[in-house]
Amino acid sequence: MSQSPVTFTHRSRRGAELLLLVLALAVGIGAYAAVGLGVQGEVPANLIGYGSWLAALAVVAHVTLRFVAPYADPVLLPVVVALNGLGLAIIHRLDLARGGESAVAARQLTWMTLGVVLFVVTLVFLRDHRVLQRYTYTCGLGAVLLLLLPMVPGIGADINGASIWIRIGPMSFQPGEVAKILLVIAFSGYLVLHRDALALAGRRLLFIDLPRGRDLGPLLMMFGLAMVILVGQKDLGSSLLFFGIFVVMLYVATERPGWLLLAGGLFVGGAGLVWWASTSFPVEAVRGHLAHVKTRFDIWLHPFEYYGEGTSDAGRQLVESMYGMGWGGLLGRGFGEGSPWLIPLADSDMIVAAIGEELGLTAVMALLLCYGLIVERGLRAAVISRDNFGKLLATGLAFVIALQVFVVVGGVTRLIPLTGLTTPFLSAGGSSLVANWVVIALLLRISDFARRPAPDLSTPDEPDQDATQVVKLP
Amino acid sequence: MNKPIRIISILCLVMFVALLGNATYLQYWKAGDFRDDGTNRRVVDADFSRERGAILVGREPIAESVPSDDRYEFQRTYPKPFLYAPLTGYFGYGGAITGVERSQNSVLSGDDDRLFVTRMVDLLSNEGAQGGDVALTINPRAQRAAMDGLEALPGDVQGAVVAIEPSTGKILAMASAPTYDPNKLAVHDQGEWQRNAEQLEGNESQPLLNRAVQTTLPPGSTFKIVTAAAALSTGKYSADSQVPGGATYQLPLTSGESGEIDNEGRDCGSGRIPFAQAMENSCNTTFAALANEVGPEAMLEQAEAFGFNQEYFDDLQGTNGKSLQAVSRFPEEMDEAQTGQTGIGQFEVRATPLQMAMVSAGIANHGTVMKPYLVDEIQSADSDVVDRTEPTELSQAVSPEVAAGLTDLLVSTVSNGTASPAAIPGIDVAGKTGTAQSGQDDVPPYAWFTSFAPADNAKVAVAVVIQKADIPRSEIAGGTYGGPIAKAVMEAVINQ
Repeated sequence: MSQSPVTFTHRSRRGAELLLLVLALAVGIGAYAAVGLGVQGEVPANLIGYGSWLAALAVVAHVTLRFVAPYADPVLLPVVVALNGLGLAIIHRLDLARGGESAVAARQLTWMTLGVVLFVVTLVFLRDHRVLQRYTYTCGLGAVLLLLLPMVPGIGADINGASIWIRIGPMSFQPGEVAKILLVIAFSGYLVLHRDALALAGRRLLFIDLPRGRDLGPLLMMFGLAMVILVGQKDLGSSLLFFGIFVVMLYVATERPGWLLLAGGLFVGGAGLVWWASTSFPVEAVRGHLAHVKTRFDIWLHPFEYYGEGTSDAGRQLVESMYGMGWGGLLGRGFGEGSPWLIPLADSDMIVAAIGEELGLTAVMALLLCYGLIVERGLRAAVISRDNFGKLLATGLAFVIALQVFVVVGGVTRLIPLTGLTTPFLSAGGSSLVANWVVIALLLRISDFARRPAPDLSTPDEPDQDATQVVKLP
Repeated sequence: MNKPIRIISILCLVMFVALLGNATYLQYWKAGDFRDDGTNRRVVDADFSRERGAILVGREPIAESVPSDDRYEFQRTYPKPFLYAPLTGYFGYGGAITGVERSQNSVLSGDDDRLFVTRMVDLLSNEGAQGGDVALTINPRAQRAAMDGLEALPGDVQGAVVAIEPSTGKILAMASAPTYDPNKLAVHDQGEWQRNAEQLEGNESQPLLNRAVQTTLPPGSTFKIVTAAAALSTGKYSADSQVPGGATYQLPLTSGESGEIDNEGRDCGSGRIPFAQAMENSCNTTFAALANEVGPEAMLEQAEAFGFNQEYFDDLQGTNGKSLQAVSRFPEEMDEAQTGQTGIGQFEVRATPLQMAMVSAGIANHGTVMKPYLVDEIQSADSDVVDRTEPTELSQAVSPEVAAGLTDLLVSTVSNGTASPAAIPGIDVAGKTGTAQSGQDDVPPYAWFTSFAPADNAKVAVAVVIQKADIPRSEIAGGTYGGPIAKAVMEAVINQ
């Protein structure tokens, strides 16, 4: 057997991670202190307790990595801690604006703690991500069930027109956030097995090899699910997110751009059909049901016609968001100087607008670059991963974050129609935060595998088990 | 699988670049548009939270910001609300800003470029930005005389008074009745604001209207000054000439009583009479005939030279940022009968009190009409003058000789004729009364009065209109009520 071809070995870089974590904590704790100074004119009394708690969470995550994933990417965790810390500070700022009793930030910190716990659990118990491949169909079924849950009468809840929530007692929960992880695992497992068959070329059209007709099954199934979400839950964002992940992973698995074209055409056609149905479907009930999708689209085109007295005021969210971001300008108003509470849902869906108002374009760009870093690090793990399942899983998870950020930030800044997705790590919301911590744990696990020194596969010249050993001199 | 992963990373890059670009567009390029948007509550809140400059008459503030302990830092107050409401306007909730508050908003809020230096100093010394002050041209005694005069009239008065300094165009007084309390429209509580605004807007006598600039009415006999100016400017007449007289004048193209103009019993002789007599007795027959002699084109030209059919006053603005000045009208197309009626200020002739004051001021200023203005100085928060309005000419309405002739005619109208209530002992006053038919049976005629003094070197020109008051119809004519108001305003200016 020949020598291992790998000549480059990654260093573990846990020290660098620790240094970056200190900076990340400085962002989170500093922002918290700045909120107190800006809004109340004094450093918050619980700054030390709060800061210690945040630092403890970061240290726990860091130490876990040192023990169970020493070669994991050193940038991901600090970026996530910085984003989460900043999100907490903004939520706290909006709490203060609402007055004494509001404690969304405290709840968010609890969720963050749970997120870190699940992060640790994932890394400790999932020593090899390839284990997940065994649960391909379980995950797939789980995801579909979760996605359909909001449509079950009794537990589904309409919030802001879209029904992507379920509510059991006092708890509300966005099942889509968990479903997106399960879906990525299911797609990876499925595609890694069937990629060869799916890659077989069918008809050729304009330099692009289209897939064979008989392989269209899974694509059509996923398309069907996306349409069910769009029609049943009236949410273009989630629908786009799930279908987008699938298509991208299909493309990565098969290396056939034909899939992209086919899927893109299908989605545009499907959305167009829903659009048509929302305006001119012969049955009034169907039109009424879909009116929400159409309204969102209209608001995107003409936000000011849906703002102010004498209108439905449905565009308030978007218009206030744009006013806020414009008011913030390049450097922002500063904590306590803006009026982000004017933006409906400023602490969840619209948190980027609140940041844009008080911290300015500078902070918005920094945020986007942080997300860019997460995506880049995730895709890098995919590129250097040695197993196909890992590659697909990492690509899927990284793209989930990229697409979700694009859909939500694009919606808030009126690049695309606004839909009800959360901003990863920033928005107040337990299900989203916890799920995203697990996403990061999975990415770190894959990158740990990929960056680990290659196992020595070379067999010794003479097997050890021989009774007599020959000692080689150097 | 690495090639598609790389392509996907490029796709992600494109998505993030699109987000970055769009955020930059929104927060950098579009930011200014959003800031100017009247519905943007952030802008309103910021305006309420900063120390806005004062509006001054002399050294006395008539609108100022005082510290407030509610949700905004400052409260706009108007120390003499009813006296100055037509000028200050109000600084209200949700971009409801009018008057000087609106036209000088950038100065008062401190955003004006002329205050750049002050703004930089404030920024560097870390003080809250302060607005600049606006000093008005108003003479407080004249303003008081004008307002008192209107309020002394019997009943629910609707009317206006404007006084101008003829040599500069400075507005010395501008009163409108009924008036209102702008403090009620500067309250911070949105519900209370709404109630107050609805109450004022629903009021039938329209207190929010500044009748001095926003209301146009038929000017009636005061317009005979313009007709006389047109006649003298033809060169065929001088102040000493004989003009057509007579008890009645049949308008061309008409027959019967409906087309017949009379003089309501005043002595206008027969055949030809002296120009002075025609003016003194406000002879309708004379001026209708003169208008037809001059012709519609020359009449239009003369009226426009005094400012009719023009916009010239921008110091008072409505909530939309447009000038409040209503354009005074002289019709452009008419037949001979209608031309005759315009000669006595009827048919479709409409004038604001400001416009009629400008007619008097133009004659007083040797034929040159100055552009009227209300904002005299812009001052920084430290009372340094950063800008001062320079008087500008609007037009040369008549030649100095014609102006001198008109002045003689108008002086004798006060000393010997219908305008005698405005006479001031020891000073030559030039003036003219007017009674304009409203054209509606249930609406009484409008009483006008315009004058200037001293006649040879005028310091003030005034126009008074009483649109409605509890006066018997028989007493509306003859300057019985308007004359004394004009007199009081002129005395307030002259006896400084």
